[in-house]
Amino acid sequence: MDFSDIAQLSIIGLSQGCAYALVAMGFVFIYRATEIVNFAHGELMMLGAFMVLTFAEIWGLNFWLAASAGILSLGLFGYLLDASIMRRMAGESQASIFILTVAIGLVMRSAAGMIWGWSPQSLHVPFGADVVIWGLAIGMDRLAIIAGTMLLCVLLYLFFNRTMTGLAIQAASQNQLAAYYNRIPVKRLISVVWAIAAMLAAFAGMMMAPTTQVDTGMSAFGLKALAGAVVGGFGSIPGALLGCLLIGVAEPFLDYLFPPLKGVYAYVIMLVVLFIRPDGLISQTYRKKV
Amino acid sequence: MQVLFKTRYDQDIDHLTDRGERIRVGLAIMAALLAPLFVGAFYLTELSMFLVYILAGLGLMVLTGFTGQVSFGHSAFLGIGAYGNAVLMHQGLPFVLSLPLAALLAGLTGMAIGRAVSRMHGFYLAIATVAFAIIVETGIAAWTPVTGGHMGLQVPTMELFGFELTREWQQYYVILALVLFAILGIANLRRAPTGRAMIAVRDSETSARALGVDIGRTRILAFFISATLTGLAGGLLGHLLMYMSPETFGVNESLKLVLMVIVGGLGTITGAIFGAVFVSILPNIIHLLRGVLPQSIADAAGLEQLLFGGIIAAFLVLEPDGLFGRWRKFRMFLETYPYYKRATFVRQKRYLRTERFK
Repeated sequence: MDFSDIAQLSIIGLSQGCAYALVAMGFVFIYRATEIVNFAHGELMMLGAFMVLTFAEIWGLNFWLAASAGILSLGLFGYLLDASIMRRMAGESQASIFILTVAIGLVMRSAAGMIWGWSPQSLHVPFGADVVIWGLAIGMDRLAIIAGTMLLCVLLYLFFNRTMTGLAIQAASQNQLAAYYNRIPVKRLISVVWAIAAMLAAFAGMMMAPTTQVDTGMSAFGLKALAGAVVGGFGSIPGALLGCLLIGVAEPFLDYLFPPLKGVYAYVIMLVVLFIRPDGLISQTYRKKV
Repeated sequence: MQVLFKTRYDQDIDHLTDRGERIRVGLAIMAALLAPLFVGAFYLTELSMFLVYILAGLGLMVLTGFTGQVSFGHSAFLGIGAYGNAVLMHQGLPFVLSLPLAALLAGLTGMAIGRAVSRMHGFYLAIATVAFAIIVETGIAAWTPVTGGHMGLQVPTMELFGFELTREWQQYYVILALVLFAILGIANLRRAPTGRAMIAVRDSETSARALGVDIGRTRILAFFISATLTGLAGGLLGHLLMYMSPETFGVNESLKLVLMVIVGGLGTITGAIFGAVFVSILPNIIHLLRGVLPQSIADAAGLEQLLFGGIIAAFLVLEPDGLFGRWRKFRMFLETYPYYKRATFVRQKRYLRTERFK
């Protein structure tokens, strides 16, 4: 393994990690707002990719138009998912809520398979070419993911810290009751958080489409992103970013070194981290003393 | 309405409190014992399969129903049990030794996982178990010299003390004995301090700890018992399948078990049995549905998965107590006929039940 291999694998890992981070941020937003861990997030990502595919390839729209339509439709879907189903579950035990999200994910995955078919389909993007930097051939799509993630991080930071809605969402996440007393429409904002998370997932799905193809297997991606978020310490956004980048970069190297366990290293890393630091790298929970 | 009149202190810890229940359970056991006389070989195998699922469901019930820890990775324990048993038998160990050893192996693995996640809240466990199930499936496939990899593995026939059990009814009785033993064991566990500690941990960790329950130990123990039972079920499942490959123990199998305990009713032994009944007749329901639905939907691959997910979601939203809860409400309705109130069974909701204390 020489230098160019290492650089190549690092870039691949970095872009992969960024895509994980996009999905993981969605998890963390939902978790912070409602304490629900949404196991169906990978399926939202898959659905996003399928929607963009439908608009771009089947309806034949311009790519950027199709992308925005696909992402917005997922935002609507996320909003309705919360407003129609998840909201009813408020106050139920956590266990039943995340079993419910797994079940919803299963429904979404099989429905997508029945609608769009189970075989992978390719989505043509305008940034599919390779660029050569210092003798390394790097896919534009890889760089686009990294750039897109950084841009979205900045935008989200500004949204949550500079706008009224963002601050209201933060307030609702910290204490729903107090936020409600201050005339913040908590229910609606939680649905908005779901919409934002779903749109992030859809964006990640669209960006990953050139490298992974669009198929129902994409939903496994969500599980790896969840693993990344857990490694970082669930509930903290820097932690999720860190954990996802760690997993993203480590994965291609480990796959390269010992191929038989290809594809499961994200989970191995997570289990190892959980074994050593049960609350993840950046801990967010504090145990209540009796 | 039936009023239970207690005349002995022992009645407080009776497994079956009223006479109707005792008669029903007795009839069910009688029917199970006499089944080989009336049904053919094919249905007997199906019945054995059903019993094995009861066993696996009981395993998950101890974990999810009693202790409130959700596992999406019980297929892994099923797999460890099945492969452990088959591999040990190939090494020349007798069935009476290999099955408990395989179950113990599954149990110890479960304990290790439980230890890793016992200090954390619920969903870490769920995600860790999914990851574990995926790793085990991949691991079984990768460890070709021992497990045969994707080629699959032949399972030797069951034998007891040198006597080969080749007929269906012989296997059926072995499985039935183990299942009845497990049911009795779990029923005893539930009324003993250990089981009560588990239920206390499920309902409120904080108050359980205030009452002196060692939460970590209880969770790990629950994991051990659960994984052992599921491993046992896995070993028996291997004998029924006779031939297995890693895909048999994929994450879908775990979802099937979760479906069982949710549909049956969380936290009850009867729930595990109801769930197993439901899962066993589900293929027939799907078959019927295929006839009713329009051609294009009925023929599409993935209909089963869709129904799996849909049924779990519907039960969680509409009837979280499952079939057993429905049955209890129905009985209550009959017993208290004109005075039945919906409010009796309204579930208490705890809003803003936070697990991150700040």
